[in-house]
Amino acid sequence: MKLIFERSRKGVRCATIRPLEVSTYSVEKKYLRKELALPEVAEVDLARHYTELSRNAFGVDSGFYPLGSCTMKYNPKINEELASLPGFSRVHPRQEVDTVQDSLHLMADLSADLMELTGMDGMTLQPCAGAHGEFTGLLLIAAYHESRKDTKRTKILVPDTAHGTNPASAVMAGFEVVNIPSNAEKGVDLDALRAAVGPDTAALMLTNPTTLGLFEKNIEEISKIVHDAGGLLYYDGANLNAIMGVVRPGDMGFDVIHLNLHKTFSTPHGGGGPGSGPVGCKAMLAEFLPKPSIVKDKKGNYEFSCPKNSIGKVSTFYGNFAVMVKAFAYVRTLGSDGIKEAAEHAVLNANYMKAKLEDIYPTENRYCMHEFVVDIQKLKDQTGVSAKDIAKAMIDKGIHPPTMYFPHIPGVIDESLMIEPTETENKETLDEAIAVLRELYDLAFKDAKYLQEAPHNMAISRPDEVAAARKPIVRFEGEY
Amino acid sequence: MSKLVFANTHEWAKIEDNVATIGISDHAQHELGDLVFINLPAVGDTLTAGEAFCDVESVKAVSDVMAPISGKVIEVNEELESAPEAINEDAMGAWICKVEVTAVPDDLMDEAAYAEFIK
Amino acid sequence: MSNYLSITEQEEKEMLEAIGVSKPSDLYADIPISLKNKALKIAPGKSQQQVMEEIEAYAKENVVFDSIMRGAGAYDHYVPSVVRYLSSRSEFLTAYTPYQAEMSQGILQSIFEFQTMICSLTGMEVANASVYDGSSAAAEAAFMCVEKNKKVILVPENVKPEVIETMRTYLSRRGIEIKVLKESEGYIKDGKVDTQMLEKAINENTACVYIEQPNYYGIIEDAEFVCDMAHHKGTKVIMGCNPMTLALLRSPADCGADIAVGDAQPFGLSVSFGGPYLGFMATRVNKDTMRRMPGRIVGQTTDGQGNRCFVLTLQGREQHIRREKAMSNICSNQAHCALVASMYLSAMGKEGLKEVATTCTSLAHYAAQQFTQGKATLKYPNNNDFFHEFITVTPTKAEKIVEKCAKEGVLAGLPIGPNEILWCMTEKVRKSDIDKVAEIMRRA
Repeated sequence: MKLIFERSRKGVRCATIRPLEVSTYSVEKKYLRKELALPEVAEVDLARHYTELSRNAFGVDSGFYPLGSCTMKYNPKINEELASLPGFSRVHPRQEVDTVQDSLHLMADLSADLMELTGMDGMTLQPCAGAHGEFTGLLLIAAYHESRKDTKRTKILVPDTAHGTNPASAVMAGFEVVNIPSNAEKGVDLDALRAAVGPDTAALMLTNPTTLGLFEKNIEEISKIVHDAGGLLYYDGANLNAIMGVVRPGDMGFDVIHLNLHKTFSTPHGGGGPGSGPVGCKAMLAEFLPKPSIVKDKKGNYEFSCPKNSIGKVSTFYGNFAVMVKAFAYVRTLGSDGIKEAAEHAVLNANYMKAKLEDIYPTENRYCMHEFVVDIQKLKDQTGVSAKDIAKAMIDKGIHPPTMYFPHIPGVIDESLMIEPTETENKETLDEAIAVLRELYDLAFKDAKYLQEAPHNMAISRPDEVAAARKPIVRFEGEY
Repeated sequence: MSKLVFANTHEWAKIEDNVATIGISDHAQHELGDLVFINLPAVGDTLTAGEAFCDVESVKAVSDVMAPISGKVIEVNEELESAPEAINEDAMGAWICKVEVTAVPDDLMDEAAYAEFIK
Repeated sequence: MSNYLSITEQEEKEMLEAIGVSKPSDLYADIPISLKNKALKIAPGKSQQQVMEEIEAYAKENVVFDSIMRGAGAYDHYVPSVVRYLSSRSEFLTAYTPYQAEMSQGILQSIFEFQTMICSLTGMEVANASVYDGSSAAAEAAFMCVEKNKKVILVPENVKPEVIETMRTYLSRRGIEIKVLKESEGYIKDGKVDTQMLEKAINENTACVYIEQPNYYGIIEDAEFVCDMAHHKGTKVIMGCNPMTLALLRSPADCGADIAVGDAQPFGLSVSFGGPYLGFMATRVNKDTMRRMPGRIVGQTTDGQGNRCFVLTLQGREQHIRREKAMSNICSNQAHCALVASMYLSAMGKEGLKEVATTCTSLAHYAAQQFTQGKATLKYPNNNDFFHEFITVTPTKAEKIVEKCAKEGVLAGLPIGPNEILWCMTEKVRKSDIDKVAEIMRRA
């Protein structure tokens, strides 16, 4: 594919603006740049360029996307249309508050729904992604301990199966990270946890279901151990899709949570973002939430306010507002009944695939939640075909590969695929994917090399990632 | 007299008088795969035997390199910065740093013992 | 009512049988019964039509102004139709992060093109695939500059207040001090940074200086002087830029900045009540700067047949590999916004973007002149080097002026003091609107 710069031809114009109605102002010369390089293309060139790029991209609308931990459910189109209504999209963030009542109303109502859904007492929508939410939530925890003069709580406990964002966020929030090993059932090792907690424990970060797609059965005991030690419990909402409407993080004992509107609440991932990572908290932490918060005055009008001991701002304005509109439309469409039904079907779909695959793709021997992790180690030992090879071969079959090599517990889970079908897929799609995975398994024994060289039917074969990293080329350096 | 020793974390040290030259073993580079970056220590850094003093990156993993001996860094092989592949090509030749030795643990292995260890 | 499920009752039955349970809720056997929910106090599900009506109603009472003369971090520019159409293609919108390169060349190439355009505008050599917004970009950049004994970030007061606040939230828990240099203490003169005063504030603990171009007041900084002086004193400079102005202004690299950041919202993204916007970061390549850059980076390489292709690269910097040792926790970014921005830049092209920027600054200078025909004055009358934002001071209260403008369908500038308004003109503003507001200002 040509780069847009390679389609550029001098003097060609695409979009044009209203001619200047006043005299031209010339910025003083010493401030002016000499050259500017940007592509020059006609509208038809532009349309064809991006249409070509889009043909070499794969979204949920293109096909099955069982990417574990990412909840690639269908993104309803009504949400897109609503978010682009002029009443939302053409509203300036610094307008006077009486002219943006509807935006604030929507944010307040979305917050209320999310609080009810998670069992929290406070909520901010300001974080722009899950990791941003983690960071925000951990700052609330830091502020809480500090406000109690409990300044020795410097450590965040993180299970070895946690998302990489957990430890990274903890460090960004000024904490040290203590890794907690998993037990034989791939849950938190309670003895290790008991040994790790103490007067220096600020919090334990946990996802439930865990990153292995299993419900952490000992959650009540975990909550007790952490709270008895004076620590708090942080909920990574990456896997909420399995249990929304069924059990609430707040009822499990979690004090702070973040959600991913771009996973659980059907907003599109956009090729990597924007997401939205609201943070909820129990009452004792609400005074630390980011500013501004939204409150209702006596007359029923919304206004901005600053929580008493706010941690400050985490982004420029109020978060990714358009994403909130989409999530709100989703919550209002499904409602209390539909939310639970969605979770149940996410779990049903995952267990169905698991049941149909586990004879050849070993996995944990219990019901999974919305996703499950299969172990490819034995297949690799027998055939040399790795998790990556299976994944790449799935691409040829028009299926987006599952998440590879995560979670990683060295010596325990090394070669893995994490499959999350989501609730919006039907049985036919699942059956096709099951058939593909079974076919690839058989093929591994017959023609390992074919799999090791997959994909065969895409525009490119496997890229040389080593060369890319050793001598990085990160921009087009040619003339245009 | 120089002496070549290995740690059970797969680093080697060539000790000559009071100076040790340190690198990672051929076995280790093989396990790590194609290296794309090395986060080198700086001259003046203090190494403590058994603790990480530098890390190496492959495309999909970062691994700590542990100090086989204790000491103070007096020279760093800056060439590795732009050519970490040198470690893959010649692990025993591509030294990482030279260290003024302050302590040598007594559980280090000689070449033969290490060869046995990685079997 | 509408739930986006697509499994028939018969299929569900077959699936349950295959699993060996009688109903979906049996699969929740691991969840302690005591924890399971009672019914949620959330409205029951609705049809799509009802949701459309309900949420349309939410959008009705927000005031949508015909003309927006307010900037202060969010800029209302014209967005060509082709950008909206192409960017809404579902292959872009509904894709995940392009970890599977063979299936994601379109997304990867679009990010590579975005990085190239950001490098072109800033003059830098490497840009990342985006961060959340301009504030988080500034905070992440400041952290890139921190060293063991250099943990103070100097920030003059004439930058966006939200950037200062976000930096503080991001960095204070890591022992990094954000020191704000106040106008009242002489650090800002005629609306811009006083280089001599700034020099006195720099010491051996200073990690970097953050300045904005143009600054919050709309004024063009003498960035080159600031960079020269700062480098002479052994500290780095981060330039926060409104990238639209870079169509005309010298690039941050040309001025000598070490890192360029900003919010690329002006490139095709609607103001949308504050988000999603588009943080960008770019820097020079020397020693370890590229590795200190947070966020995703796309690199060019070849496939097995030697075809040019693109991959996410230098991933060893990132949280999913480096975990607690990562420079940043960022994972999801603003990729789709970056796609929109590169489409916008391609649609406008080199000449188009210059025209937009020229129109903005010309309208702003016209407006500033027209607004100050009566008692209103410019806050910094000795400094005519503003780009498309400027501050007026009026005897009349700022909020009164805002009210009067609202009656004319104009969102006035942002009141930043009882009698001070920060105005912004973009190419969307008509001369006739400026003239209407000039009438109001004449009587202010």
